[in-house]
Order: sequence, then C-alpha cells, then structure tokens
Amino acid sequence: MSKTAFPPAIKSRPVYGVLEPRPGAVHLVVADGEGAGAVTDMLAKAADRAGMLAAMHIIYTPGPNGTDQTAMLAALGAKQCYRAPTIPTLLPRLTRVLSDAHMGTQFYLAGTEGLIGQAERDIMATGFPHHDIQKEHRGSTVRRVQCVHCKGITENVATDPFVCSHCGLSLFVRDHYSRRIAAFQGVNIDAEDPGQVPPPVVRFT
Amino acid sequence: MSLDFNLGAFNDYFRNETFRDDFTYANSPAGIRRFPFPFDRDDYMYSVNMEPHVPGRKGSVFEHAFDVDEHYVSEMIDRAKVLASDPLRCQSLPHMTLAGWDLLELIMEAKARDYPQWFTLTKDGNRWHWINRPLGIDHHFTFLDDSTLPYGPFEYITRQTQGDFTLQDERDNDLWMDAGMVTSQADWSLDFDIGMSFMEWHAPVPLAHEKGIFDRALKFLLKLQHGAPVRRFNWTMTVNPLLDTAPETYPVWGPTKTSLTPENLGQKQHLRVELQALFRLPRSNAIAFSIRCYLGRFEELVTIPKWGRRLHRVIRDINPDVAAYKGFLRNRDAMVAWLAGYDDGAPTSPGFWPED
Ligand code: HEM
Repeated sequence: MSKTAFPPAIKSRPVYGVLEPRPGAVHLVVADGEGAGAVTDMLAKAADRAGMLAAMHIIYTPGPNGTDQTAMLAALGAKQCYRAPTIPTLLPRLTRVLSDAHMGTQFYLAGTEGLIGQAERDIMATGFPHHDIQKEHRGSTVRRVQCVHCKGITENVATDPFVCSHCGLSLFVRDHYSRRIAAFQGVNIDAEDPGQVPPPVVRFT
Repeated sequence: MSLDFNLGAFNDYFRNETFRDDFTYANSPAGIRRFPFPFDRDDYMYSVNMEPHVPGRKGSVFEHAFDVDEHYVSEMIDRAKVLASDPLRCQSLPHMTLAGWDLLELIMEAKARDYPQWFTLTKDGNRWHWINRPLGIDHHFTFLDDSTLPYGPFEYITRQTQGDFTLQDERDNDLWMDAGMVTSQADWSLDFDIGMSFMEWHAPVPLAHEKGIFDRALKFLLKLQHGAPVRRFNWTMTVNPLLDTAPETYPVWGPTKTSLTPENLGQKQHLRVELQALFRLPRSNAIAFSIRCYLGRFEELVTIPKWGRRLHRVIRDINPDVAAYKGFLRNRDAMVAWLAGYDDGAPTSPGFWPED
C-alpha cells in the first residue's frame, strides 16, 4: 500500500507528501495504522539506515481500522520504539518528548489525518518550524470533525451526514479544516428544514 | 472598573431597537439615503475591489474612518448579549495584545476627532481619559497597561465600536487571523478560523481562488502602509434584521429562510452589506480588518428607484454558485419575483449613489 491519493480540495485542507530521509540529530517518528509502511519505505531510501535508526524514536498506535504493525516497527531496531493503545494515550508522551527536543530534530508523521493533524498541532505549538515536519497519509480516510455548534469533536467519522457524538445534531462534513483544532468542520444539515436528514452515505473508509 | 453601559444621553438620535426576538430594527428615511448600496452597475462578480479608505461624501458612510450611525447604541447592546451567551466570539491569541492596543488607539483617536460631541480622548503621557457619552462610559487608564482596563484592549474597544474586527499578524509573507471580535458575521466561525492563514480562511469561497483574486489581494495587503487604509464591499442576504448570523446558532436562525412569502418578503428580506476596511497598525505591524454590517430591508431599498431596478437585475443574473455560497439560492426566485415589480426596465446611471 502506498500514499493515499486524494481528489483536489479547498485550500484549508491539508496536503500530504511522501516521507524522505533527511539529515538530523534526532528523528522523531509518529505513526498509526498503515503509516508504519511509510516509515519502512522511508528507511529503505536512507543512505545511512543504521545511523538513522540509532537516532530514531518511534511512537506508534494502531489505526482506527485496527491495523497494528507494531511488530514490524519494533523489529527495525530503532533507538526507542513505543506502542500506545490509542491516539489520546499517545499524545501526552509526544508532549513530554517534545519538551526535550532540540532544533534540528526531524519529524516524520505517517498514517491517518487524525493522528497526523494532532501530532502536527502539538509539534507546531512547541515552536518547531513546519519545514522540519514531513507528513504522509496512509490507511483509513475517516475524519476527525468538530461540531461548529457545540464544539465537540467526533473521531473516526465515516459517513456524511453523521450524528454529533456530543449534542446529537445531524452534521454534514465540510472540507474546511482547522490546523489549530486538527479537525474538519461539521454543520447541522437540517437547520433550515428541521427533521429532513438525508440518509448517511459512507464517504470516508 | 466595569464596562456596564449607562445609557440615556442622545437617545433622540440613537434608535432604541432590537436585532433579535421582535426585530424592531429599521432605517430612518435619512438612514436609507445613506445606506451603502454596494452595486455600482447592474451585475456582480467577485473582483479585487479595493480603494483607498479616504474621507468620502459628507453625511455618507465613507465620511469617517469608523462610521457611527443611528444604530450604534442598540448594536453595542446586541453585541454584549451575544458575548454573554458565547464568549468564544471574541478571542485573541497571546501575541496579539500589542495589536489590540494599536487598534484601541486608532479607534479612540478617530472617534474623538470625527465625533467630538460623543467621544473625548485626553492624554497626559500614557495616562489617558476616555469618555463615550452615548454608552455612558468615563474611564481613566494607562495606555499599554492591560491591568488598567476591565477587558483586554481589543475587547474593550470593540465592545464600543460597530462592526466585527479581526487582527492579522504578518509572518512568513502571509497574514494570520490571530484575533477577532465577531458577533455580526455572515455565517463564518471565528472559533474555527482563528490561527488560519489568508488562503486557509478564504478556502470555502467559490470561483475567486481560480480567478487569482486572493493571490492578488494578499500581495496587495502585504504592502499596506500605516496611514493609508483601504476599503472594499462585500454583501449577502439575511432574513430578518439579524446581525448575529453565526454558524454556531444556525439551527436557531436557519428555519427563518423558509418563512418568506410574497406578502412578507419586502419586509423580512434584508440586503446585508459589509463595508470592510484594512488598516496597517504602527507598533505591532499587524493589519486590522473592520467588517461593518449594514442591513437594508427590501422595502426600504426600493424607495430609491435606481436601487430597486438594479437590485432586481443583480439578483436575477447572479451566478448560482455565488448565490449558493451566500446562502440565498433557495429564495432567489422569490426575491426576483418581488423585485421585478420595481424594475421598469429603464437604464440606471453608473455608480452606487441614490441618483446622479
Ligand atoms: C485580511 C483581511 C480579511 C479577512 C480577515 C477576511 C475574512 C474573510 C472570511 C472569514 C470570509 C468568509 C469565508 C467562509 O466562507 O468561511 C471571507 C470571504 C470573502 N473574502 Fe475576505 N477577508 C479579508 C480580506 C479580503 C480581501 C482583501 C478580499 C479582496 C478580494 C477578500 C475577498 C473575499 C471574498 C470575495 C469573499 C467571499 C464573500 C461572499 O461571497 O460573501 N477578502 N473573507
């Protein structure tokens, strides 16, 4: 499986590339699900694979679809490799690691939009420049969506419309994306015609 | 010190009216004549429509940098109500405090200069004395010392100034919307957009990106000089004189879009015009963006024959993608049918003034 191909979209929607090995004192990898494959593909391109692994810290969690490639990553022999059970349990560890990270650290984010967006948000918040952060999308395209009405975030949204997990309104999923919130925007679909909610369609898998 | 309003003065000029519930908002005959009708020709499409924000015709909304009109007091009361129910409508990222002071200075100096009967600013070094008579405010504070005001400087001054405001920080050759007071918006969310870049917050707009409008607008703004503000118009449609058409409360006001009938349309349907101005700020180098909303009821606007004819033609011929984005596609045909009664087919003169 390789990098996800998305159709062209509006300009707030994040764009993703392909991870490339870069020179750096420390290589911090944050990945979920199929993102593990992006990490091994990137290492396969490294001129000094052993040197890179000796300075690499991998933080990984299974994807929203259950894909768990921890064993593959653990077998690489990176300096540190940690498996968190979920994204919410991964983030505090990332924050702690960031508090010690120095300029010159290279960041590699791979996997789903929810994981990449939240990791990028936390890395940017510590002041690291965006050009030291690479992102590659792989795996599930389910979305993290913020309800514009109650501000609650619903994770792993697959259908459009969907029901907000906080306030219960039926929301349609926009492409408008906030990097600060690391989420797409959800807006009430039957606001003008209360009760007229079209059947949900699976748009994100 | 608090910012409680102490009303009473000048209520012969400032209208006592509401923008919610019973919707008693209306324009006086003089208010209609000075309404900023945004169409200078019989059709409309997005363009890089910017001109210097210099004093315009006497009595018009362009006469002063910050127009204070008959709706001032009631608008400020409405803003206070919105903020009481949702404080997230005013936000400022921590690095924007200096820009807030810049804006406070800009507005206080302009209002005291342009409307001395209502506003007075006296300075003794950094010790300032501000009097806002229509709202009954009389405060002494120290310029650049946050602890001497009841709110941050940005919130303090925008609770006393009509129109929404955003403050843009300039970094990496881009503008970042890092603060805002947004309670009279045409359906966009500050809470969602805060922290975005120029292209990101404009992402939902159709057609204009492809036309290169935002590339040119951003280039132009990055060169904006202190003391040389610019302005532009934007417009949309709103049912009822509701200032606060926020996405947050869309389930509350959305159903009103289905309430129009041929009989009530002229009374309920409003043209919503935004007079937007951009100011480079001196200390912070940020750019202040003011978005002043004027609401004109269809019945009021067609009392100016040229505007009745023109509004009919603009709405009839509008690009459907633009009408859909602005949220009035479902009522477009009904508006055109109503407005047709005010278009006799006579030619209209160029420019937006009532008659020329
Ligand atoms: C730096 C100050 C500016 C800010 C903060 C700003 C903000 C916004 C926002 C929040 C929207 C609504 C987007 C949405 O649907 O979510 C918008 C729409 C728009 N903006 Fe700006 N804008 C700025 C400057 C400009 C300039 C200089 C232009 C000049 C071409 C422009 C042209 C437009 C247009 C054409 C729309 C669509 C409006 C409509 O059809 O109703 N903006 N702007």
